[in-house]
Amino acid sequence: MKKIITIIFLLFFYQNSVFAVVEIDITRGNLDPLPIAVSPLHVESGSKDIKQGGKTIKNVGEEISKVIEVNFKRSGLFNPLKKDSFVQSSDIAHVKPRFEDWKLIKAQALVTGKVKVSEGKLRAEFRLWDVVAAKEMIALAFSTTPENWRRVAHIISDKIYQRLTGEQGYFDTRIIYVSETGPKTQRIKKLAIMDQDGANVKYLTLGNELVLTPRFSPTNQLVTYLSYFRNLPRVYLLDIETGIQEVVGDFPGMTFAPRFSPDGKKIIMSFAKDGNSDIYTMDLEKRVVEKITEHSSIDTSPSYSPDGKYITFNSDRSGLQQIYVMRSDGSNVKRITFGKGLYGTPVWSPRGDLIAFTRVHKGKFYIGVMRTDGSGERLLTENYYQEAPSWSPNGRVLIFYRETKSNSEGKGFSAKLWSIDLTGYNERLIKTETDGSDPSWSSLLSK
Amino acid sequence: MNLTASLKKVLLVVFASLLLSACATTKKTGQMQGDVYTGSDTIEYLASGVQDRVFFATNKSVLTTAARDVLRKQAAWMRKNKNISVAIEGHADERGTREYNLALGERRANAAKDYLMTYGISGGRLSVISYGKERPVDSGSSPLAWSKNRRSVTVKAK
Repeated sequence: MKKIITIIFLLFFYQNSVFAVVEIDITRGNLDPLPIAVSPLHVESGSKDIKQGGKTIKNVGEEISKVIEVNFKRSGLFNPLKKDSFVQSSDIAHVKPRFEDWKLIKAQALVTGKVKVSEGKLRAEFRLWDVVAAKEMIALAFSTTPENWRRVAHIISDKIYQRLTGEQGYFDTRIIYVSETGPKTQRIKKLAIMDQDGANVKYLTLGNELVLTPRFSPTNQLVTYLSYFRNLPRVYLLDIETGIQEVVGDFPGMTFAPRFSPDGKKIIMSFAKDGNSDIYTMDLEKRVVEKITEHSSIDTSPSYSPDGKYITFNSDRSGLQQIYVMRSDGSNVKRITFGKGLYGTPVWSPRGDLIAFTRVHKGKFYIGVMRTDGSGERLLTENYYQEAPSWSPNGRVLIFYRETKSNSEGKGFSAKLWSIDLTGYNERLIKTETDGSDPSWSSLLSK
Repeated sequence: MNLTASLKKVLLVVFASLLLSACATTKKTGQMQGDVYTGSDTIEYLASGVQDRVFFATNKSVLTTAARDVLRKQAAWMRKNKNISVAIEGHADERGTREYNLALGERRANAAKDYLMTYGISGGRLSVISYGKERPVDSGSSPLAWSKNRRSVTVKAK
């Protein structure tokens, strides 16, 4: 899988925040999405069509604007306006928008741009306009290979999101997950990777062996996951650029529940031996293995705090599954969940202030968040079965998987990827070609 | 017969039918004791009279009396067939988080392994693998289906 990106910032970058009227508060549930007009990027004369995977993309400017609109709509923060209400042509709007026209259709923000494909390069630029204040807010240009046009759309989306919310975006990212096919009793599972919006799906394994729980490294090149290769369940490391994979460590038994440390240098995981699972780390460079927990109970699902100083994990040392926090050397173990039912799959937010989890109570499964001392628990969604949240890199959205009930023949069963905002609003299905589970969100590809 | 008496009669009938339906449900779930599976569906045999699997309560890895009976028979069969090695597969139902279930399956398989060892089978002949919730035998989403899936299965090693 090759994705070489050379995005060159060519143009001026200036922000006029003093007079900006348009702003989005994303800390509350946004029930009132911002009306935004995304004008198609004007395709300059002499621009060539893009040939990609047997398809010809004629109007890449239009396609880029569609990808941006889908990103905005799915974020729940924006309401992209219908293009047939646009009066001004895209090339003139990009130079000097007639703000009265855009006000008339109730747009508060306007995106314009132009694009040209020639000599094997795609050059695109965009401007974001504050319609209310009649001001330009941001202008940027990029140059890349034509096949990367979707990424250009995602980067533009991220820049606009950042300008309007004051926080980093999450559109130029990928999701790794487990693709599922076949009957429940003989499920075939493959590692799959796709763009955050579901495009560009690629399967990384063939389905010959069971694979589970893939997680991205903060560097994006590496993935750690559990594979039953040769019927020996072990944690593996996969380089998604080269396809090279290797077993992590030399453990005389099952290793599982892997995750990277925030610096990407270690893998933290469980090792099961003689009926007892403890948490271990392995330094990928020095190959040094360290035992972190030592307890006769099940200790699993470890996740580091973003500063690397703490680890949250799942243990049944109190009798049932609960969530704990300890220092990264294994000292100072503290139980943080005391609510009714079971708690599992803790995962530390990239902002450091929250832990997302799965709670099981009275036959229902909840995805929730709480502060890192266990206080302030908020359950975001309730369902028959759902688990394993993973954070968007900006800590605003959680992705997880949900399974449905089946009858005695296994009919009615499905496993799907879903996302929900931290606010508990904007729950959305993420469409995948096959059933999917165990999603993990990458960090931003371009930083 | 006054009104209260007839009402009482109606209530009695209602109560009796409730009792009857309650009995019917217990019969239906007669394949479970508590939530441990006690039926015979899905069970295969390692040899005549030697069942291949034992069942567990939700979130538990304690061997029931019935499970110990089955495992003692397995141990006797292995003592007679000294060239046979087995793999013990530990499984969980679909109602738990994936990673915890992997650990739970491992714990269940080891409970079976430990018991076989106390009956004279050397650890070298017993390997253990957990499938967590990944390989149910019953694809239903009912308490009975889940009880069949909470199991450890002894299979001849290839």
